[in-house]
Amino acid sequence: MRIFDPHIHMTSRTTDDYEAMHAAGVRAVVEPSFWLGQPRTSAASFLDYFDALLGWEPFRAAQYGIAHHCTIALNPKEANDPRCLPVLDELPRYLVKDRVVAVGEIGYDAMTPAEDTALATQLQLAADHGLPALVHTPHRDKLAGLRRTLDVVRESALPTDRVLVDHLNETTVKEAKDSGAWLGFSVYPDTKMDEVRMVALLREYGPDRVLVNSAADWGRSDPLKTRKVGDLMLAEGFTEDDVDRVLWRNPVAFYGLSGRLELDVASGEATHEGNSILRGGE
Amino acid sequence: MTQPHAAHVTPDTQDADGTTAGPAGQDQGTTPAHVPPAALRAALAARLGGAARAWLDQALDEAAAHPGTHGPISVWELRLAEAGRRCGPAHADAARVLVLHAARADTDALTRVYSQGTADERRAVLHALPHLVPGPDALPLVEDALRTNDTRLVAAALGPYAARHLDPHQWRHAVLKCLFTGVPVDSVADLARRARGDDELARMLADYAAERTAADRTVPEDLHRVLALTEPGRPAPGTADPHGKES
Repeated sequence: MRIFDPHIHMTSRTTDDYEAMHAAGVRAVVEPSFWLGQPRTSAASFLDYFDALLGWEPFRAAQYGIAHHCTIALNPKEANDPRCLPVLDELPRYLVKDRVVAVGEIGYDAMTPAEDTALATQLQLAADHGLPALVHTPHRDKLAGLRRTLDVVRESALPTDRVLVDHLNETTVKEAKDSGAWLGFSVYPDTKMDEVRMVALLREYGPDRVLVNSAADWGRSDPLKTRKVGDLMLAEGFTEDDVDRVLWRNPVAFYGLSGRLELDVASGEATHEGNSILRGGE
Repeated sequence: MTQPHAAHVTPDTQDADGTTAGPAGQDQGTTPAHVPPAALRAALAARLGGAARAWLDQALDEAAAHPGTHGPISVWELRLAEAGRRCGPAHADAARVLVLHAARADTDALTRVYSQGTADERRAVLHALPHLVPGPDALPLVEDALRTNDTRLVAAALGPYAARHLDPHQWRHAVLKCLFTGVPVDSVADLARRARGDDELARMLADYAAERTAADRTVPEDLHRVLALTEPGRPAPGTADPHGKES
């Protein structure tokens, strides 16, 4: 089973996770930029984070045979902090980089005017840079948040079929699907979605434009949830082709809209044996 | 200890036109730092497909016509950023070095694009240094790369520019870091000349070997090679640096 995790925060994970992910079949990931749990207090803090997503983290992933890409954005939560807003001016120089495959995560957290502005601004940036957008849907007041999100997308220069709306559930999937957007589901140990509910949704709505991710981060989460969904799909009668479509071909198709996917782990990125992550001699 | 998967997962890379490139572990003589830009361009043009070659030709013409800083992002900096997806990862280093050379990037420009660059862009800046910076002004970039644990950057930092300008203390630590992190010492430019008669390097290597042995761990084969090179009576190697003066 080949797996592309289209949303996972690897900076929060250990090399043990990379090793287990590779063993489970994960060969490619997209790491969306988001908040760090501890609020940032300046634009400079974002820049070091973006640089890590384009430097150290792809190197780490390559050591474990996993191709790493990222999405770049000011996240919805920190769009409310005026100290962080100047990072919007820095985004264009990041959005031209190789391996930046979308603008994201953008969207709503508390549905404030500041979030309206940041979302609209960054949808325009996506359109300007030929990138799709990864849009987070809010945890609170989710259905209203989805509707408002889709309204802003429709008013933007970015076609809806270049948008992935993420963290969907039973209450939001139908309207998201009807909009023509790509459909993201974050499968957690509990909360947003689990594998049993995920398989039920796949049966009801089909695998078309569906992406499943672990969204694993610094909170309670499991980087192997993608594999567990694939296993349950097979156990529940889906074909291997269905699984491959959801866990590999759909994310490749969506992020491939950027023209920047590089699914081979560049062998030039790793030395032949031993390395600093494995702490060769240190 | 667990070994990395990358070496056996993807032995080769593919360029943008689907041509399989050779193994990317380049030996020193073929890295862009060691090849004069004109020869580098000819070799790259011969390996690129039509669309990528056309992109490269245009990128180099634009960079030559509009060097320096202009607009929100100079066009040559944009080309530098997108070289990987235009030419394929196997050829990105060479393409980026050529863009930097065509734009006649000076130390200030190189410092800016290094600090704002991805790891791949930073590596290209390091490879470009011997072609673009005659003096030691750009050493802070080498020192920055040597502080990282990204073995690709460490290897790229130790090209002809470092061989020419890095002071003995930092150079010795860089060699030792290669042994620690598994960077082949073949990546270190001008190794034989700089190691020859370096008693302090010999001491550091012997101490490191003793530390590994005390821990019942193997001593890297490269350590013995470098240690042999430190012998003062060893014949001087031939001309190792075609690009400029020796310090």
